[in-house]
Amino acid sequence: MTSTIDRPVRVVSTDAAPSEDVHIAVKDVHRTYPARGGSGAIEALASVTFNLRRSEFFAVVGPSGCGKSSLLDLMAGLGRPSRGTITFEQRRIEGRVPDGVGIVFQEDASFAWLNVYDNIAFGLRRGGFDGAEIGRRVDHALRFMGLVDFAKAYPAQLSGGMRQRVCIARTLVMQPRVIFLDEPFGALDQQTRLLMGDELLRLWRETGASILLITHALDEAAMLADRIGIMSARPGRFIEIIETHWPRERTSEIVAERGFGAITARIWSSLRSESMKSMARR
Amino acid sequence: MIGRDGVIRAFIVALFVVALELACRFGMISKFTIIPPSQMFASLLDILSSKAELSQIGTSLLNIFVAALLTTIIGFFLGIGVHAVPRLRAALDPLMVSYNALPLFAFYPLFILILGVGSPPIILMGVLLGLPSMMLATMNGLDCLPPVLSKVGSVYHMSPMSQALRLKLPAAAPYLFNGIRLAIAYAFIGVIASEFILSGSGIGFGVGFAYNSFDTRTMYGLILLVVILVAVINTLLHVWDRRLESRRTR
Repeated sequence: MTSTIDRPVRVVSTDAAPSEDVHIAVKDVHRTYPARGGSGAIEALASVTFNLRRSEFFAVVGPSGCGKSSLLDLMAGLGRPSRGTITFEQRRIEGRVPDGVGIVFQEDASFAWLNVYDNIAFGLRRGGFDGAEIGRRVDHALRFMGLVDFAKAYPAQLSGGMRQRVCIARTLVMQPRVIFLDEPFGALDQQTRLLMGDELLRLWRETGASILLITHALDEAAMLADRIGIMSARPGRFIEIIETHWPRERTSEIVAERGFGAITARIWSSLRSESMKSMARR
Repeated sequence: MIGRDGVIRAFIVALFVVALELACRFGMISKFTIIPPSQMFASLLDILSSKAELSQIGTSLLNIFVAALLTTIIGFFLGIGVHAVPRLRAALDPLMVSYNALPLFAFYPLFILILGVGSPPIILMGVLLGLPSMMLATMNGLDCLPPVLSKVGSVYHMSPMSQALRLKLPAAAPYLFNGIRLAIAYAFIGVIASEFILSGSGIGFGVGFAYNSFDTRTMYGLILLVVILVAVINTLLHVWDRRLESRRTR
């Protein structure tokens, strides 16, 4: 089967962006988990180097267990690399989530005991913001995420997609400069994923934040990202970074573009062998 | 507001009370065995209008409250401690299962020897009965905490104590609530049964004294008091649980 490649897919093997454009710099990062309960040490990441540019949308794809979530944890300050450095706005990240970073997790991280409004306001209240500012930001987030009618509802009364919207809104109100998303739509059906992808693009355009998305879905990465990093099987490292050249004003309708198939085909052609390596290990 | 379930519940109770009343009035049940509910109720009113009896009731209620409170606090912290050490938990698991088979009331005279007469051994009995349930409820609550909560706490730069109080405790609350309900129930059982066996005061003592004096009217009046107290407390807890449950389910 041949595919028509109308849009040239640019593959970059180095990541040379001017320093002022670099939001997060990852340099020669390794991550090894210590031996536990009879199993040996696990090298999750090996020599990962790349730059997350300001206001770009970067997606990371790779086989299961390749270290994508470990990379996100390190970049977000949820852990420390065994070797190498990670800097955020030229300041080294040292095992603490820096101010200006927001994270949306794969699991449902909404607080079951708080209603939607209080969930979204949680971080603002902890941050000591005054009531008027909290109200302003939360109301904006509710409107932006289409949750106005559900402000008094509790997470258990919402669908999975809506709970993730609550988590995104809770991240949004803190006005992060970088947003990490670890397979946020993993548990959702395909249609909802596409629609949530549109929401994400809208969020990205409105906030101007840099976004790093971890996803298993190749079409999701191809649709959303400016650049796509393809990771190898464990120990993970980037084997390719693909630039999509999509316009900033894009929506899920891009899946109908002729170049879309070329991008997903290119991703898969690199990922296939790595995925087979990962499967053979299990 | 009373829902349909509450109406059905009330109807069943009323049916039982009416059936018992009629059975007693028509001699189907001997008055030396059970007195009619109407007489039980009249006896209860007499008891509640007696200062001496109210003092006894107050003693029991205070003992029950203290026992439930201690069970909750001690059980909670013991549960946290055991949960934090998996090997300890694995070692204690079979013992905790066997614990329920222990005839704890047989140790009551020993508690009196150690703690003396009065409230302390009674409260201790109430605590010992309810402790494993509160521990287990705490451990189950901690088991069910989503691991992502700690990560969310890190995002908001929350200290471990702050995460425990603001995230983990509320997340585990449904399980802890069940533990507290059991703590209250076992406090009632432990305190009143202990008073019945070897105490000189309280509701349990009053029931035993009336029984030994063939004063069935007073005995059933006190029993009715216990039944009503337990029913009211459980109903309040049930209503509270239902309100919390409505937030946890679709």
